[in-house]
Amino acid sequence: MKIAVASGKGGTGKTTIATSLVLSLANVTPAPLFLDCDVEAPNAHLFLRPTFERRQEVGILIPRVDESKCTYCGKCAQVCQYHAIAVLGKKTLVFAQLCHGCGSCTLVCPERAISEVPDVMGVLEAGPARAGITFARGLLNIGEPMAVPVIRQLKKWIAPEPNQIVILDAPPGTSCPVVESVRGADFLLLVTEPTPFGLHDLRLAAQIARELKIPAGVVVNRDGIGDARVDAFCAAERLPILLRVPFDRALAEGIARGQTLVDIRPEYGARFRQIVAQIAHREVVR
Amino acid sequence: MKQLVILSGKGGTGKTSVAAAFAHLADADSLRAVLADADVDAANLELVLSPRVIEEHDFVGGSVAVIDPDLCNNCDTCIQVCRFDAISLSHHVDPIACDGCAACVYQCPTNAIRMEPQIAGRWFRSETRYGPLFHAALRPAQENSGKLVTLVKQQARLRALDENYPLVIVDGPPGIGCPVISAVSGADLALIVTEPTVAGIHDLERALQTTAHFRVPSFVCINKADVYPDGAAQIEAHCREHAIEIVGQIPFDPMVTEAMVNGAPVTAYRADAPASRALRAVWERVRARLENGQ
Repeated sequence: MKIAVASGKGGTGKTTIATSLVLSLANVTPAPLFLDCDVEAPNAHLFLRPTFERRQEVGILIPRVDESKCTYCGKCAQVCQYHAIAVLGKKTLVFAQLCHGCGSCTLVCPERAISEVPDVMGVLEAGPARAGITFARGLLNIGEPMAVPVIRQLKKWIAPEPNQIVILDAPPGTSCPVVESVRGADFLLLVTEPTPFGLHDLRLAAQIARELKIPAGVVVNRDGIGDARVDAFCAAERLPILLRVPFDRALAEGIARGQTLVDIRPEYGARFRQIVAQIAHREVVR
Repeated sequence: MKQLVILSGKGGTGKTSVAAAFAHLADADSLRAVLADADVDAANLELVLSPRVIEEHDFVGGSVAVIDPDLCNNCDTCIQVCRFDAISLSHHVDPIACDGCAACVYQCPTNAIRMEPQIAGRWFRSETRYGPLFHAALRPAQENSGKLVTLVKQQARLRALDENYPLVIVDGPPGIGCPVISAVSGADLALIVTEPTVAGIHDLERALQTTAHFRVPSFVCINKADVYPDGAAQIEAHCREHAIEIVGQIPFDPMVTEAMVNGAPVTAYRADAPASRALRAVWERVRARLENGQ
């Protein structure tokens, strides 16, 4: 079973909820797998403290043109939708940062002058973390625009064991990196805060759940600040509110230091296990 | 004309609250500024600036492949060439998974596949009580947010150049990837809003590496600075070591959320709130840096 934690708005507490959720399942066999899919700004390692034992560079395959075979016919540039390859006189140029690695140029080249070489965009790291959890994350290189290939390969890199629960910590936002992270999840836990920003972005995140046909539930974090409009929205959309975490300065201080919610308030562990059981038995339906 | 971009790395550190306060304070100082919300995935600046939309336009993002079932001979070539796992065994394209590469279009032996442009969102030219605002709404689950950020910024810049605005304030997205790179490009100065948490510090470092990579001078401001004083001290040490100036610290203040609920920048909502006073000091320093040609 795969549970993805997402939010739309950043800083609502995705990582706090995802890491607390996985720590609450530490006694389950097999021990759960945690994937930090926020490859631009990954933070879960600060709370789960893995020892990385495996490491792999990842990226995409980009074209390399064999100038001795190239006739500068320009077919590669015609088919490239990303303007990543161009023929200028007697020179064929590849712009690695624009290339999406689709392979179309290689397929159309009549001279078979294009071969594909790996272009590294980031790194995958994995190893055991606190409480026996298997931890893996992706890390996008600085200055590299595309997060999606790193996320896609992270999800393929470590195959879960049979019956292993997988918790995915998604990046903020609502565009392609979020979709790549949550695709294939059985359930989407949407973390929000009861403020106008939280509501606005929850609305968008709920739309992603609907488009991808993934059942979803809501965690209201910092409950008590702001207003009641998130509750009204969830009621109208029939989105179940599975957990409320009241705003509490002591919690904010603990999380700032690198503690999870269940480290500071162990009583939440039982509630997280209950949520997972409800999801597993499909008791949470929109 | 100067371009200031507000970034953070980690989401939720207060970028938009700072941007909204700057919009208000610039106006209060009679410094005319064009505003741009470059967080097109989750645009929130409009929620505190209550803009009046003057123009709106479709944003055409990428295209997706569409297979004509009458022409398809079920040869599976498209499935084999697609590297995005976007084509089902029954030869239907999943428009969300499709990257728009068109490799299938060129390989299909029966020419059964065409590309259809997708409307990926809308962009808006608005007026607010503090000046013009350019913003956008990317449809959920869409690509090309970097392209939409570039478009919004370009429009803001053109307006500033046309009407001699001395400043463009860009509210940036979280992260360090494509929309952030689009938001940073062409900026004269980046203000990175961080918070003294282990996650905030970690992502601040990545944000600073990103602005350094694109050679944009950066300043740091620490939001909610009193929540974890040890963390604030770590940020100060890190910035000192890398010769990065901290332009101020903003205390945790419930008035920031209250102002947001009431749809106003905190500095306009309650000028004497602790966060408002701190934001005023940060603004004055940033303004001085911008005017000194930094």
